[in-house]
Amino acid sequence: MAADTLSGLDALDLAGRESGGSTLSRVWAATWPKVLALAFVLGIWQVVYWSGWREPWVLPEPREVFADLARATATADFWHAIATTLRRGLVGFALAAGIGLVLGAAVARVAPLRAALGSAITALQTMPSIAWFPLAILLFQISENAILFVVVLGAAPSIANGVISGVDYVPPLLLRAGRNFGARGLALYRYVVAPASLPAIVSGLKQGWAFAWRSLLAGELLVIIAHRPALGVRLQGLREQNDAVGVISTMIVIFVIGVLADTVFSYADRRLRRAWGLA
Amino acid sequence: MTAEDVASVLPERAAAERLALTLAGVSKVFGRGPAAVHALDKVSLTVAAGEFVCLVGASGCGKSTLLSLVAGLDQPTGGTIDVAGGARPGLMFQEPALFPWLTVAGNVGLPLRLRKVPRAERAVRVSALLRTVHLAEFGKRRPHQLSGGMRQRVAMARTLALDTPVLLMDEPFGALDAMTRDILHDEIERIWQERALTVLFVTHNVREAARLGDRIVLLSSRPGRVVADWRVEVPRPRRIDSPEIAAVAAEVTDRLREEVRRHGR
Repeated sequence: MAADTLSGLDALDLAGRESGGSTLSRVWAATWPKVLALAFVLGIWQVVYWSGWREPWVLPEPREVFADLARATATADFWHAIATTLRRGLVGFALAAGIGLVLGAAVARVAPLRAALGSAITALQTMPSIAWFPLAILLFQISENAILFVVVLGAAPSIANGVISGVDYVPPLLLRAGRNFGARGLALYRYVVAPASLPAIVSGLKQGWAFAWRSLLAGELLVIIAHRPALGVRLQGLREQNDAVGVISTMIVIFVIGVLADTVFSYADRRLRRAWGLA
Repeated sequence: MTAEDVASVLPERAAAERLALTLAGVSKVFGRGPAAVHALDKVSLTVAAGEFVCLVGASGCGKSTLLSLVAGLDQPTGGTIDVAGGARPGLMFQEPALFPWLTVAGNVGLPLRLRKVPRAERAVRVSALLRTVHLAEFGKRRPHQLSGGMRQRVAMARTLALDTPVLLMDEPFGALDAMTRDILHDEIERIWQERALTVLFVTHNVREAARLGDRIVLLSSRPGRVVADWRVEVPRPRRIDSPEIAAVAAEVTDRLREEVRRHGR
C-alpha cells in the first residue's frame, strides 16, 4: 500500500519537470541575437564611413575589409600566421593549465603554502601581462620563450585560483558524506573534492585562456621574430604600411578566434552545470 | 519518570540483550578557555542490537554533534564510544547530500566502489537497493531531476550500501512535507525490520519520535545531557495520528518544555 502511494507521489512530484524543445529551435534562439548584434555593429561602421569622419584610407568601409580578408585567405602567409599564433596560444595555455592545476591543488590542500602563496597568486593576477615583457625580453631575448613566459604568467594564476576556490567551496556536507562512506585521503580527493570543484576549475580555465590570448597578442606586437609570420606581427607590419584595411581584417581574425575559443569553454561549462543540476 | 529511575532500570535490561552501541561519559567541548562551548556533557547511553532509538531535544542540545561522534567523523573530548564489532555506522543527514555529478545508481554504488566491489556485482547490488526504496526505474536519473522525498530515499539506499548494522539519522525527514514524511516513516520502519538494523534517530519532532522509536531519549541543552529515557510500548504498526502516539508525544513534550523553561530563568 505504502509503495503504491509512494509511486503516486513520485509521479505527481515529477510532473512538469521534463523540459525540452527541439535542438533547432534552441540553436536559433541562441543565434539570432548574435546575428542582430553583428548587423548592428556593421551598420554603425558603414554609417560612420559614409559620414566621412575619417579619410577612406584610414577608416575603410566593411565591404572593402571583407574583400581583403577573402583575398588574404588565399595566401600561405595568412594561414602560417594563424598557425603560429594558435600554436603559441595552445602550448602556453597547456603549460599554464598544468602549472595552475598543480599549484592550485597544492595551495588549496597545504595550509602553510596557502598562507605563503595564496595572496601572491592573486597579486600576480592583477599585474598587466604587458608589463612583464621588458623583463621577459631581457631574460629570454627576442624568442619564443619570452612570449611563452609571459603567456604562462598571465594564465596560470587564474587557473590556480579556479582550483583553489573550487576546493574551498566543496559543500562540507558532501565531504562528511564521502568520509562516512570510507573515502579518506586521496580517495576523498578523487571521488568527492575533484568532481565537486570541476565547475569552478572550468571557469578558471576559461578565464586563464582569456588572459593567455591577451598576453599572447600583446607579446606578438613586441617580440617580433624575423621571418616568422604571426597575427600580432602581421598587425604591426600592416600598421607600418598604413594599411588600415589589412589591420582591420587581421583584427577580425583575432576576434573570431577569441569568440570560437569562448564558445568551446562556454559549451563545456554549460554541459557541466546542467549535469550538476546547477542550471 | 525521571532520569534516575530510568538509569536504574535500563542497564539491567540492556545487559540481557546484545548491545550495538555503548556511549560512556561522552563529552564534547568546542573551543578553549572562557569561550569554550560544552556541547555534550558526560552522555552515557546504550542501544541494544536491533533497537530503534530516537533522540529528542531543543536546539543546542548537541544531537547532531553526538551523531558525528558516533559516526567517527569527529573525536570526543572525553569518554568512550563503542560500536559493536567495530562496524562503521552509516550516517544520513537532513539534506540528501547526493553527489550531483553522479547518477542515482552512481550515488548508491559509491560506497561499494570505495570498498572495491567488482563492477558486475555492484550493478546487481545497486539495482536491488533501488528496488528496496522503490526507485528501480530511476537509476539513470540525476539527483536534481528527483523530488526531495525521492532524493532522501536515494540517500537511504546509498547508506544501506555501506552494509552496516548501525544507522545514524540526523533529522532525515525534517525538510519534507507531511504526507511524504508519513510514508517514509512506514518505509524506514519496514527496512529497519527487514534488515534487523539498529537505528539512532535524531529529531526535534516529538510525534515522529513516538511514531518510530522503541525508545525516546531526551537530551538537555547546553550542555547536552541525557535527562529522560522512555520506552514506547505502543505496538507496531503505528500511525502518527493515533491517540496512543499522541499520548506518548504529550508526555515527552511536557518534559521537553520543562527543560526549555530552565533556560529562561
